[in-house]
Amino acid sequence: MNRCRLVCLVSLLFSLVACHEEKQASSSPRPPGKASYGDAIVVGSIGEPSTLLPLLASDSASRDVAGEIYNGLVRYDKNLKLEGDLAERWEISRDGLTITFHLRKGVKWHDGQPFTSRDVLYTYRITIDPKTPTAYAEDFKQVKRAEAPDPFTFRVTYAKPFAPALESWGVAILPAHLLEGKDITKSELARQPVGTGPYRIKEWVAGQKLVLESNHDYYEGRPYIDRYVYRIIPDTATMYMELKAGGLDMMGLTPVQYQRQTTTNEFLSRFNKYRYPASAYTYLGYNLRHPLFSDRRVRQALTSAINKDEIVQGVQLGMGQVAHGPYKPGTWPYNPKVKDFPYDPARARVLLAEAGWRERNGDGILVKDGKPFSFTILTNQGNDQRLKCALIIQQRLKKVGIEVKIRTIEWASFLKNFIDKGDFQAVLLGWTIGQDPDLYDVWHSSKTGPKELNFVGYKNAEMDRLIERGRGTFDQEERRRCYFRIQEILAEDQPYTFLYVPDALPVVSARFRGIEPAPAGIMHNFIRWYVPKNEQVY
Amino acid sequence: MLSYLAKRLLLMIPLLVGITIITFGVIHLAPGEPVEMQVAMNPKVSAEARERLRKFYELDKPLHVQYGKWVSRLVRLDFGRSFAPDGRPVITKIRERLPVTISLNLIVLILEFALAIPIGVMAATHRDGPLDRWTTVFVFLGFATPLFWLSLILMYLFGVKLGWLPISGLHSLGYEVHGLWWQVGDLTKHLVIPISVATFGSLAGLSRYMRTGMIEVLGQDYIMTARAKGLPERVVIYRHALRNALLPAITILGLSVPGLIGGSVIFESIFAIPGMGKLFMDGVMARDYPLVMGVLVIGAVLTLLGNLLADLAYAVADPRIRHGRERAL
Repeated sequence: MNRCRLVCLVSLLFSLVACHEEKQASSSPRPPGKASYGDAIVVGSIGEPSTLLPLLASDSASRDVAGEIYNGLVRYDKNLKLEGDLAERWEISRDGLTITFHLRKGVKWHDGQPFTSRDVLYTYRITIDPKTPTAYAEDFKQVKRAEAPDPFTFRVTYAKPFAPALESWGVAILPAHLLEGKDITKSELARQPVGTGPYRIKEWVAGQKLVLESNHDYYEGRPYIDRYVYRIIPDTATMYMELKAGGLDMMGLTPVQYQRQTTTNEFLSRFNKYRYPASAYTYLGYNLRHPLFSDRRVRQALTSAINKDEIVQGVQLGMGQVAHGPYKPGTWPYNPKVKDFPYDPARARVLLAEAGWRERNGDGILVKDGKPFSFTILTNQGNDQRLKCALIIQQRLKKVGIEVKIRTIEWASFLKNFIDKGDFQAVLLGWTIGQDPDLYDVWHSSKTGPKELNFVGYKNAEMDRLIERGRGTFDQEERRRCYFRIQEILAEDQPYTFLYVPDALPVVSARFRGIEPAPAGIMHNFIRWYVPKNEQVY
Repeated sequence: MLSYLAKRLLLMIPLLVGITIITFGVIHLAPGEPVEMQVAMNPKVSAEARERLRKFYELDKPLHVQYGKWVSRLVRLDFGRSFAPDGRPVITKIRERLPVTISLNLIVLILEFALAIPIGVMAATHRDGPLDRWTTVFVFLGFATPLFWLSLILMYLFGVKLGWLPISGLHSLGYEVHGLWWQVGDLTKHLVIPISVATFGSLAGLSRYMRTGMIEVLGQDYIMTARAKGLPERVVIYRHALRNALLPAITILGLSVPGLIGGSVIFESIFAIPGMGKLFMDGVMARDYPLVMGVLVIGAVLTLLGNLLADLAYAVADPRIRHGRERAL
């Protein structure tokens, strides 16, 4: 929030300067005008959605569009707290085993049929059906019993308390009356979805665009913007030019575009830029099975030798913040007191010397047992930011006597030949930060097998216990305590060097009003965005 | 002639089988499977879910069984369903993309021939003169310029700075409400930059062939005879010389047939044109085996047909070849 205020302040300053020079266009925020229906928003996407049955989709384009068409039982509000969506409210039994959802009455599918608990039950059943080719059955498999005692009550019982369970009911609820008894993989609904959401599909021109139109009967009220046009533009340079030429209303900027190419008054009078931390982090992960990295002091030394601020500046042009752990700063599980090893090359040398690494043959490279300290950072091809990161790290580590080589590898081969086989020394990759803080898949010691996500091989008994306790209770205070301690452990153990959390840098045409930046980003109140009548263009 | 044609067509069958076996093998050699590409690094996906997906796509079966199933579908002209999450029939996906790609490529091909032939002829008749040199510079500039770069420059100039032309896509938003002529104009505007750039890049090859062919023909005795007869230079060049110099152009035309269904990924990405190139590339990246095989088989058939067509056209155009072959048969 502070950052947003700062941006406002800066743009205010800009406008003051602009007022002094009369020739320049003013970039002061436009007056709010009157909220009115109409107009369209044109959004660019590099990928085309694959299917609008979210259960079967695995790409972000599908998820984005489906998000406007469907609702779940619950959703995250603008402060990233769970709130009721199709469920008006819910109760969790005292033993934490049973969740009872009370469904909203009067919600209608886009074809006019009423939404009931039958739809929820169907969504659950089709998800766990072994014949359904979905990747997302895992959370629902924890359910021991699901029942719909009446049309507006839905109850699930778990074998043991499972905190991420609540979030898992945020999945898109599918219309039972159109799908029951049919083969979902061949359903027309993949292209012509019927949901309960604020927008419905109007037209899908393969490879070019999707047009959604507002659902006048939406349970939260008719969205102000009539049409949502999703244009497929695979090239980001083209997308940026379309934005400047007025062909797009919204896109995410790169740090260079944000800092250097969109600072003219002309641009600022036509667009509003936003900036907030993205839900992702970039890290350098060490293969803990490799003898080089099995000593904790070595990993601590590596982190001390890396200047994270410099990486944020160099790679993100300052558009991001240093990461110390796996959570997003400002969210409830984030422990602000945890700081890992600050940049201190002298300390790095001391730690390395303690671990037995000394300079012996005058070439500046540290040696132990006759072997030089040299390793390769692997990263996936085509991600320029990660490559830049690796280059900066290479320079810094050289200064403490460690030789780093960098290799970029095509994604499929990267996974198959290196990650799956555990055949790597260090990797530079990123994770998205889930809204539920559960870390089971990435950090639990049971997830170190092939094709599992704890591929660095981190095993820590205390960590395992904390992860299990954290996901085994619905008490947020209790969970917070677990995750705070987990961050302390990670900061001490340094299985990764957590590098940075980048900023999301969306830009939206200035004709759209009602945008409220919040921890969840800007899209949370999209149905309340509007364009004053006199500024509508479509 | 007919038995020759039948023989050539029959020979294509084993060739096609060989091509499919090799391509099928090669795609499966590439690391990564469709399932991996969809779910890798996703914490929500369990090992059980992977197996479920593999089973759904029948990836758990041995390779020769997968190939057998694919071929048995293909002989019934069924290309199967895509391995992308939409699971739509491959043929539908190709059919969506094909018209755009073929039309664009045809226009570019026509423009290429319409421009490159006169350029080649002019360069040959003005050999070593300034016209020859400037056209050489021009066509090689087109050949050597990275087209994505040129495209971006033109898009910026005409789209952003001057605002005369649209930047990407095929239609303006809301074009449906306008009349036919407005729509045609709109489409034309969208295509000006992509087609100009593609044509510019394609001129070098053909115009050089034409120039060389023409220079060779102009040195022949019968041209001297024609000139000695006192025929006007125009008639000598366009009636007597050009016909013979066009032979290599026919070969190139035949070889261009399979290219008609192929698109350039970079080109289609930059202009946001939904064509075959992007479809194929995305298919390869996602290891969408049925889609990749579908596009490749169609490409292979067209290549074989194109070669046959070129041979036949050659025989029609050149009596030496025609008679030579009949003797051999």
